Amino acid sequence: MYVKQVSVFLENKKGSLTDLTKILSDNRIDLIALSIADTEQYGILRCIMTDTDKGAKVLKDAGYVVRLTDVLAVCVPDHPGGLNQVLQLLTANGISVEYVYSFVRSTGSHALVIFHLSELERGLKVLTENHVKLLDNDQVRSL
Amino acid sequence: MNSREFKIWDPEMECMDREQRRALQGERLKATVKRVYENVPMYRDRMKAKGVEPGDIRTVDDLKKLPFTDKPDLRDQFPYGLFAEPLEKIVRVQGSSGTTGMPIIAGYTQRDIDIWTEAMARTMTAAGADSKDIIQVAYGYGLFTGGLGAHQGAGRIGAMAVPMSSGNTTRQINMMRALGTTVLCCTPSYALHVGETIREMGIPLSEFRLKAGAFGAEPWSDNIRVRIEELLGIDALDIYGLTEITGPGVSFECLMKHGMHVNEDHFIPEIIDPDTLEPLPYGERGELVFSTITKEGMPMLRYRTHDLCRLHAEPCECGRTLVRMDRILGRTDDMLIIRGVNVFPSQVETVLTSISGATPHFLMVVERAGSADQLEIQVEVTEEMFGDTVGVMQHLQKKISENMKSTLGLTAAIKLVAPKTVPRFEGKARRVIDNRKL
Repeated sequence: MYVKQVSVFLENKKGSLTDLTKILSDNRIDLIALSIADTEQYGILRCIMTDTDKGAKVLKDAGYVVRLTDVLAVCVPDHPGGLNQVLQLLTANGISVEYVYSFVRSTGSHALVIFHLSELERGLKVLTENHVKLLDNDQVRSL
Repeated sequence: MNSREFKIWDPEMECMDREQRRALQGERLKATVKRVYENVPMYRDRMKAKGVEPGDIRTVDDLKKLPFTDKPDLRDQFPYGLFAEPLEKIVRVQGSSGTTGMPIIAGYTQRDIDIWTEAMARTMTAAGADSKDIIQVAYGYGLFTGGLGAHQGAGRIGAMAVPMSSGNTTRQINMMRALGTTVLCCTPSYALHVGETIREMGIPLSEFRLKAGAFGAEPWSDNIRVRIEELLGIDALDIYGLTEITGPGVSFECLMKHGMHVNEDHFIPEIIDPDTLEPLPYGERGELVFSTITKEGMPMLRYRTHDLCRLHAEPCECGRTLVRMDRILGRTDDMLIIRGVNVFPSQVETVLTSISGATPHFLMVVERAGSADQLEIQVEVTEEMFGDTVGVMQHLQKKISENMKSTLGLTAAIKLVAPKTVPRFEGKARRVIDNRKL
C-alpha cells in the first residue's frame, strides 16, 4: 500500500527547478504531486510521478541526486477537521509525521495528501484499521 | 655603498666575503653531519642506504650527497626521534600543528636558543631597530615560534619588548598609541587589519610612533606591502622562517626590500627541482631546502620546505653578502595557510571520505573577508549522502563541519552543492580556489 516518491536534491541556483521540469517534460513524465522543502542553500524536491522508474532514471542521467522513498497517499475528507482526524489517529498511536503535502489533483469529496511517517508500517496499519481511505501506487497514477 | 644608512647587527658575519663564508659553512657542515650520523638513527640509516659516510662530506658542494628530510619524518619521529642531544640538554621545545592534528616539535639546547635569538637580533636590526626602540610583539606566544622568537630578538638588541601576543585589536592599538611603539611584529594580514581598524577609528597616524614592521608566518604580496605601508606609515618588511629550522629568523628583509637575507652561516639554503630533486643554480626557481649547520638539539639536513622561490647571490646595497631569497612564489604541494593554520586538501578529502564512505567531489574556496580569511568547502551531494528530509541533510552538514574543525583545527563553512558543480579536471584535480589577493 506504499506509494513511491521521488526526492531530488536541488541547489538554490537559478534555473535548478526549471531545468528539472524540462527534463521530465521532454521525457513525457507528469507530476502528480509536488512539494519542496527549502533551506537557504538548497531544497529537497519531493514528487509523485506518472512513471517513477523512468523519471528517476532520466534525472539521474542528467546528473541529479535522486532517492526513492515509500510514502502513504491518504484520502482525507475534504471538510474542516478532515486532516485533523487523520493526524489524531496517528498521534494517539505515537506515530509522528515527518512531512506532509497534498496532491495537485483531487477526487471529488476528498483531498489527497501524501504522508511520510516515522513508522510507515505501523502507520499504515493504524489508518487502515480506522477505515481511512488510502490509494496505492496504481490508483494514485490513474487519477 | 653607504652601509652606515643600514643598521647591521653582526657586520662580521653578515658582510663576510662569500668565499670565506663558504669555507666556514663547510667546516660547520662537516661537524654537523658527523654529530648527526652518530646521534640520530634516522640520518645514519639514510646515509648508509645511500652509501654516504660523514667523511664524504667535506665542503658545501657535498651537500647534494646527503638524503633529504621532510615533514612526515618529523611526525614519524615524534617526539624525540630527531634529537641529537640528550633530553637533559634540551631547554625548550616549540611546535606547530601537523596535518593530523598532532603537533610537530623542535627541540632547542641553550646554544640553539642563542643562535635563534641572534638571528632575530639581525632581523630586528635590519628593520632599523636598536635599544631605543619599542617593539610590540603581536605574534602568538606559545608553542608557535613567532611570539617567543620576536620577543627574544627584541631583548637581545636591548629594545623594549611589549608582549601583546595576538588578537584584541583595540587593545593593541591603544597600547601602540600610549607606549609609542616603534616596531610592530605580527602576520601581514593582522598588520593590514590593524591598519584598517586605525583608519576606521579615525585616529591620525601622527598619534603613533610606528616606523617599521617585521611581518611573516604567511605569504604576502607587494600589493599588501604597499597597503600596510600606507595605512601604518611604516616600512613593512618580510621575514621568513619555519619551526623545523628554528622559527622566524631564517631570513629577513633589509630596508632595500630586495629579497630576504638568509642567515646562511647557520642555515644553508639550496634550491632543488621538486620533481627530480636535483639542485638548481642560483637564479632558478625551485623548492627551497635548508640544512642547519650550527644547531645542536635537532639539526636538520636538507629539509624540504615545499616553498618555491629563487636565490640571488649578488651583494645587496645594504652591505650584507648573505644570499637573498625572493618572496615565496608558491608551494610544491597544495598546502594553504588560512588564519595561520596549515591546511591540506588531503585532510578535507579524508574527513569527507570517512563520513560518506566514498570521496565526494569538493572544492575549497578561500576568501579574505575583512581581516580574517574564510574557508568555504563546497561538497557535492552524492546518493549515499542524500537523505529525504532537511533534518538529515542539516545533520550531515553539521557532522562534516564538526569533523572538519577537529581535523583541520579551523572552522570552515560547509556548502552542499549539486553534482557537477565542482569543476572537473583531467589529471590532477585542482581542489582549491584561493581568492585572496596575495
